[in-house]
Amino acid sequence: MTGDRRAVGRLLSLVERGGAEAEQIAELTHAASRDAHVIGITGAPGAGKSTMVARLVAESTSRGNSPAVLAVDPSSPLTGGAILGDRVRMAEIDTTAFIRSVATRGHAGGLALAVPGGARVLAASGFDPVVIETVGVGQVEVDITAAADTTVVVVTPGMGDAVQANKAGLLEVADVFVVNKADRPGADDTRRDLELMLELSHVTGQGNADFRPSIVMVNSLDGTGVDEVAARIEAHRAYLEHSGRLHARRCRRVRFELASRAGLRFERDLETILGSPTMAAVIDDVAAGTATPAAGLDALAASLAERP
Amino acid sequence: MTPPRIVLAKLGLDGHDRGIKVVARMLRDAGMEVIYLGLRQTTDSIVAAVEQEDADAIGLSMHNAGHLTLGPAMLAALDTAELDVPVIIGGIVPDADLPILHDAGIAAVLGPGASAEEVVSTVRRVVADA
Repeated sequence: MTGDRRAVGRLLSLVERGGAEAEQIAELTHAASRDAHVIGITGAPGAGKSTMVARLVAESTSRGNSPAVLAVDPSSPLTGGAILGDRVRMAEIDTTAFIRSVATRGHAGGLALAVPGGARVLAASGFDPVVIETVGVGQVEVDITAAADTTVVVVTPGMGDAVQANKAGLLEVADVFVVNKADRPGADDTRRDLELMLELSHVTGQGNADFRPSIVMVNSLDGTGVDEVAARIEAHRAYLEHSGRLHARRCRRVRFELASRAGLRFERDLETILGSPTMAAVIDDVAAGTATPAAGLDALAASLAERP
Repeated sequence: MTPPRIVLAKLGLDGHDRGIKVVARMLRDAGMEVIYLGLRQTTDSIVAAVEQEDADAIGLSMHNAGHLTLGPAMLAALDTAELDVPVIIGGIVPDADLPILHDAGIAAVLGPGASAEEVVSTVRRVVADA
């Protein structure tokens, strides 16, 4: 039921907005959405994520699938505004596949809170796969893995040497590596550094013993290697199913979503309590030096514990 | 409050995109979400974007004297898709053409001299009236 596109567009807005309607949509879409393959695409700004997603989506469409994309871009922390420019790179595909630009709207962690809910709306509307493209991220932002079944990390030549590749973070979460702009000098060095990093993961037992992430050399501008990326993503999906790890991944996804939502609820409660007359008095006392910060924290914790 | 979502595009063959980039930045700095489509869009690609992005308004940048053809063509495409989304034209539009565009159903026209305040307040007003 690749249903009415405008209706899907509206539903995504309601999910983004949050609140009671979003909860209701989450309930309704929960049961219908569990079969779509959710693919996360992440990597540094300018690595070529959007261009590669465009190629992947075109490839997926040509094989008879109905892909959808959630493309996340940052909101300004100052004004809340955003320039969502991922569609520029996806101009050739944009009437066949469903593309939605998502602004982070102040939620930290790269993925907007609305992304898991939005992915579920798209899956329940008959789209499969659902591709999530993150904001350009650095080393530590790994939460996309929690929202996706398969994570693709896009790197480019010149990203640094083998030491960079061995630092903790983004590179640990990849199921498929894409060395994009592989026509540029240094691409083979990047591949070798990634190979070495994966070898070491294998030696230390940190990686999965039964699955080794693949490295694909890609030129997204002319499409070289994109069919191989699609094949590797499929292979990872098959691995998840055969090994029984799909369920574990989805449990992780639920855990992430619950934690995000609980965090949001907690933040709201915290703001309310910090604005209450009781806490205003406590804050005054700490600022004036008549109470210690620790005493202020105790008072805040007590108020938080009393909330419904 | 949810930020207004504005689709900005150049329709047809018109490579002058300095103005639309400035407008994108003005709207962003006013707290709006700009879905930037860039150059060489068609009425179909804009309709698809408006549906998928659930946009509140469309801003078309025109510097090739095509506004009398492309403006109404955009409105007709929206009409066919049964989308009721206001269209604002920005760029070089002779004064004599303003009433024609207005009568055709273009919500507003912003010329080269428009200030950031004018651009932002016009978009806000058009979104509020829609």
